[in-house]
Amino acid sequence: MPGPVQSIQRGAAILRLLARSSGKLGVGEIATSLGLPRGTAHGLLRTLQLVGFVEQDSATGKYQLGAALLHLGTSYLDVNELRSRAINWADALAARSCESVKIGTVLDGQVLVVHHVFRPDDTLQTLDVGSLMPMHATALGKVLLAFDSGAGAALGNGPLEAYTRRTIVAPKDLTRSLAGIREVGWAAQVEEMTVGEAGIAAPIRGHGGLVVGAIGISGAVERICDAKGQPNTALVTFVRDAARAVSRDLGAARW
Amino acid sequence: MATRYVMSIDQGTTSTRCIIFDQQGRLVSVTQREHRQHFPQPGWVEHDAVEIWRNLERIAPEALKQAGVGLEQVAAIGIANQRETTLVWDRHTGAPLRRAIVWQDTRTTALVDELAARPEASMVQKRCGLPLATYFSAPRIRWLLDDVPGLRERAERGEVLFGTMESWLIWNLTGGPDGGLHLTDVTNASRTLLMDLTTLEWDDDLLDFFGVPRAMLPQIRPSTETYGVARTVLPGVRIGAALGDQQAALFGQTCFAPGEAKCTYGTGSFLLLNTGKDPVRSTHGLLTTVGYQVGAEPAVYALEAPIAVTGALVQWFRDGLGLINSAPEIETLAKTVDDNGGCYIVPAFAGLFAPHWRSEARGVIVGLTSYITKGHLARAVLEATAWQTREVVDAMNADSGLDLRVLKVDGGMTADNLLMQCIADVLDVPVVRPMVAETVSLGAAYAAGLAVGYWPDLEGLRRNWHRAAQWLPSMDPARRESEYDNWRRAVERTFGWLQPRR
Ligand SMILES: Nc1ncnc2c1ncn2[C@@H]1O[C@H](COP(=O)(O)OP(=O)(O)O)[C@@H](O)[C@H]1O
Repeated sequence: MPGPVQSIQRGAAILRLLARSSGKLGVGEIATSLGLPRGTAHGLLRTLQLVGFVEQDSATGKYQLGAALLHLGTSYLDVNELRSRAINWADALAARSCESVKIGTVLDGQVLVVHHVFRPDDTLQTLDVGSLMPMHATALGKVLLAFDSGAGAALGNGPLEAYTRRTIVAPKDLTRSLAGIREVGWAAQVEEMTVGEAGIAAPIRGHGGLVVGAIGISGAVERICDAKGQPNTALVTFVRDAARAVSRDLGAARW
Repeated sequence: MATRYVMSIDQGTTSTRCIIFDQQGRLVSVTQREHRQHFPQPGWVEHDAVEIWRNLERIAPEALKQAGVGLEQVAAIGIANQRETTLVWDRHTGAPLRRAIVWQDTRTTALVDELAARPEASMVQKRCGLPLATYFSAPRIRWLLDDVPGLRERAERGEVLFGTMESWLIWNLTGGPDGGLHLTDVTNASRTLLMDLTTLEWDDDLLDFFGVPRAMLPQIRPSTETYGVARTVLPGVRIGAALGDQQAALFGQTCFAPGEAKCTYGTGSFLLLNTGKDPVRSTHGLLTTVGYQVGAEPAVYALEAPIAVTGALVQWFRDGLGLINSAPEIETLAKTVDDNGGCYIVPAFAGLFAPHWRSEARGVIVGLTSYITKGHLARAVLEATAWQTREVVDAMNADSGLDLRVLKVDGGMTADNLLMQCIADVLDVPVVRPMVAETVSLGAAYAAGLAVGYWPDLEGLRRNWHRAAQWLPSMDPARRESEYDNWRRAVERTFGWLQPRR
């Protein structure tokens, strides 16, 4: 087994030092305290800053512990914050696709609807925020299952509940379907929850690429799908673009 | 022909944003840059106008690039701006003489007291629709004229120009020292205390009263009109509109008919009600202001209720108390309990604005018992915004003789579901959020697009408005009444807190 990695030890020492000090510290102070060359300390700080573990005051150049570090223990994104950050892009997706938009996260093996934008046709619709949907029969749920390894735990090994003839009920089939979703980066559901309805969804990624939720559209199957019953490619692009835009805003650099 | 777009510039209190919209009013790209807040003394708030201009120089081309849109595809630019923020600059060099004095700045308190004591002071509100208060621009111009040596003489010779942020940006966009256009729109001019609300012209008596030379003032123009063509940053693009941010939101929400109202929930909140072609004078503590003026058509007026502290209370909860890490977490925390536990927070941080206008009031938290947790406090924070809305809606109904049927909302706080439900509950009317939450920017874009014929008419704009969400009232009427009663008693406890120094 290799020995301890020196730069991680040093990084940890910097974090401990910042945690102990009451105010912010300059790079010089940090280097002196830890007996490191200034350049080394600076390099470590830069990396720690990049991952959000330290923050630099733009006016003084001094460092303090970063917000990401405080959230580390509960490394989730507050669902209300997710809604706040996604609201503009969810609106744009609804406007572009002319369908209703939902954003979902995982709650005890189900999809919790954290945001809902009405279909922009001014018909009577009711806000579904706070409602729960099954994971295996919705596009949002399948995205969450595919990309969040913990999400599937609650589903168990037995057959899944059938909502329509097309619901995926065999765990083996679901596993195969999820592998396909991981490959293409989006999911669809065609009459798997309700006859006549379909949906498309894509993952929302937060810091470091962690999937924190899913965004998708749903509506009448003849609008969501083409003549061959396949999800309309233009709509898929809209959904994926929206997911990417939210992810970018949440700090997922590469998506 | 290539697709065409409209660009909006929202020069706000904390940042400047450029948004590109398409013909359906859909957002295509957004760029944004914050500027520094300067607090040189308690009660003083300043912005560096040059920094703001540089930010615009940067983000406008970025917005085009992000959207993959060429300059020739931009049909027009519309500007919405933080209102009442006051700047004077040198006509020949383009350099501001001081940093801009921001609308939140209260340095003119003593000056305003002095002016208010004069016999002619009662003329101010009659003429311009606004009470004589530190909130508006004229006292700030006067303060600068008194404070900067030689400024008055130079202003009289027309060497120094006054403007709010839209004037500053338009002047710079159209060439700056090299022939830049010095103008403002009726909505911004209506916030200076210097414009006659009915003639829509600078008023000599008001100019005399405040001691402001006419030569330094911009020309007043309609809110939508092709003012000119940008010569820099977006060279060749027509500038088609300027509106104060709250008026822009009214426009963006397509509140074009008398009786239609919107409330924008941000740091503070602003309820505006379209009152049609005639100004309605308030007897319930509201402001009378210009809503918009489309080209040569008559101006449309509005009643306005500014609430000083709404989102700012959430910010205080986050930054001052450290009970949450981000503003939206207030909802998560509030949902850990079922009600306020009998606790009320009245955020009279710097007095109360509409409808009370009590500058001596200071905030209170009442109803504390050992039962109260931070969850209850979080509820009380959100409810404070709801009850403050109720107070101004009541004032508006009383002034206008109309009953608000539905409230259109926008702004950052509309992402808060619990708050929106709470507002519907306490108002007992449906609350609706439009598909584009960025109504300030959208309003500026609409106005500009209208000026250049990108959109044909107001009806066409109305068709772009779509409901994105709706919250229906579901509160027991008896409970609503008793809660309102508690709120009113809490508000009374803020009055008279600040005493004259002994
Ligand atoms: N989910 C939320 N719940 C409550 N308040 C919020 C939420 N999101 C943002 N805010 C508040 O809204 C304000 C920001 O809204 P915004 O429209 O950007 O305001 P402004 O234009 O005045 O800066 C902040 O004061 C913040 O505290």
